[in-house]
Amino acid sequence: MAFLEVKDLKVHYPIRGGILNTVQDHVKAVDGVNLSIESGKTYGLVGESGSGKTTIGKTIIGLEKATSGKIFYEGENVTNKARSRKKKYANYNKDVQMIFQDATSSMNPKKRIIDVMAEPMHNYFDYTPGETKRRVAELLEIVGMNAEAMYKYPHEFSGGQRQRIGVARAVASDPKLIIADEPTSALDLSVQAQVLNFMRRIQKEYGLSYLFISHDLGVVQHMSDDIAIMHRGRFVEQGSKEAIYKNPQHIYTKRLLSAIPDMDPTTRKAHKVERQRVEAEYDAQETEYYDPNGRVYDLQRYDNDHLVALKPEEPNASLQNEKVKTGGES
Amino acid sequence: MAVERSLLEINNLETGFRFGDIYHNAVDGVSLTLENNEILAIVGESGCGKSTLATSIMGLHDPKNTEIKGEVIYKDLNLLDLNEKLYNRIRGNDIGMIFQDPLGSLNPLMTIYRQISEALEYHSDLNEEQRKARVLELLNQVGIPRPEQIMKNYPHELSGGMRQRVVIAIALANKPPVIIADEPTTALDVTIQAQILDLMVDIQDETGSGIILITHDLGVVAETADRVAVMYAGQIVEEAPVEELFANPKHPYTRSLLNSIPHELEGEDDELHVIHGTVPSLQKLPRKGCRFAPRIPWIPEEAHEENPVLHEVSPNHKVRCTCWKDFHFEGEDK
Repeated sequence: MAFLEVKDLKVHYPIRGGILNTVQDHVKAVDGVNLSIESGKTYGLVGESGSGKTTIGKTIIGLEKATSGKIFYEGENVTNKARSRKKKYANYNKDVQMIFQDATSSMNPKKRIIDVMAEPMHNYFDYTPGETKRRVAELLEIVGMNAEAMYKYPHEFSGGQRQRIGVARAVASDPKLIIADEPTSALDLSVQAQVLNFMRRIQKEYGLSYLFISHDLGVVQHMSDDIAIMHRGRFVEQGSKEAIYKNPQHIYTKRLLSAIPDMDPTTRKAHKVERQRVEAEYDAQETEYYDPNGRVYDLQRYDNDHLVALKPEEPNASLQNEKVKTGGES
Repeated sequence: MAVERSLLEINNLETGFRFGDIYHNAVDGVSLTLENNEILAIVGESGCGKSTLATSIMGLHDPKNTEIKGEVIYKDLNLLDLNEKLYNRIRGNDIGMIFQDPLGSLNPLMTIYRQISEALEYHSDLNEEQRKARVLELLNQVGIPRPEQIMKNYPHELSGGMRQRVVIAIALANKPPVIIADEPTTALDVTIQAQILDLMVDIQDETGSGIILITHDLGVVAETADRVAVMYAGQIVEEAPVEELFANPKHPYTRSLLNSIPHELEGEDDELHVIHGTVPSLQKLPRKGCRFAPRIPWIPEEAHEENPVLHEVSPNHKVRCTCWKDFHFEGEDK
């Protein structure tokens, strides 16, 4: 069962200009996105810079305001309610946490690790100082660090260690969903491997869900069960990992996948030819996959667990039915 | 011995940074050659000294706080002996450089045309008209659409991929025989990365120059390089032609790195390979012994050499230390 549902989410930023500084137009950072997150699963959100993937994560956790659309947490409408102190939203605040790309700037440099990590605990639990300490030690241990680390300051750690502390802190409030926004993009390959391993171990141990936001298709493939590909603020394709990677349908997905560098230098030439073929196809068929305003079409059911944003065949009754059907099921 | 000299020859280069009164070597005894018509990739993780190597070749270090030893031979000249004035004739004219951050390496107050023609003003005696023609030619070469309009724009008006193309155009302006590209696609999206890499390979085919490509991304290496040098803690630990390196990686570091690339999971308990420990800091680098030894503690001490050197294990394939012969991953049989 999905415990978090995002329905037709739109986040638009006004562009002001003119003499009177009036609103001239909108940047449609997120423009009608549906998403549902099940417990224990990892949901990958992929897109290039500017596609709106981070905005979705920030809106779910309440760092950005939704322009329209709704977010439901366990049936409760929690849209734009993250800052509310009302009791009925308390669970939502506690259960949704975030890991940021840059661990350094997400920690107060003047606080020791124990204080950094105790903050979410103080907010949601009545721990005694002794209990807090025990819990911090326990959390540090699951990300492979010594309990002594709690008396150090953030700058005393390497980038990978800091990111692991970031993961441990996100787990501190015992959440159900962690939004991980490019958690390993600033890390080296071998350090990235470590952080990803810990994230997966914690997921197994606590039955967590992740909303894993990344531009790195390899990392997303490694971590995710379900994937959505974003472009221009909308989903172009959504489905299981197998469906997206083995059987991509939208030209944008194909283009992204073909651009991933191939680890086999012997097939370099063939890979380049294929990539340029897809690129040419993308240029030639843009009108087939985007409407005259350059907007991505609505998602349509392609297969059982696979939705693709394709051009509606005929604007007639059958399409309307199709749309209602997909909207209802997702 | 071959009579002909390589395009660029680096002999036993050491670059030390000053901490107090002691110099610590970020690049420690690197020897490399670059030939015409070749892309040599230098791959390693942050802090391994790969960028310091590039800036040492270009002479971009502050002599007060750095100590550079060894030789960088280009056309029978040791670049490290040159004074600033002579070096400036080499930079841009003979050796072009492409940096990671295109926004940081472009002047925000100058139009694209001014920035490219500046490189031509310094190093050539073309007149205004000829320079304009050359700028247009360059912009076309790097695949910028509508060059007449774009060259009147400022850097902030272009996208990241376009800016990087402009930076490449500047590096190419004087047709340098050597190009050093330091992480040229790291800040870019995959689709743009693919375009820029294609562009670099095409340009290299056209001009026949030698390119040193510095990157942390093994995928980029596999897509573009002819030859690869893997760096760890200031030293080259493995050097081989690209097919050989990916088919037969030998050094424990190279093998570990290739193993930690995210892949599709095979079963629930499948985990990525993690390299034990952390990269030693410059001050704590052991002067002697295999620098990778502390990160593979399950390999017996006898497997390492006392003073590891590069051994040629097969033609053109060099590996440092002897520990690769006994290496196996932890928990795995040999």
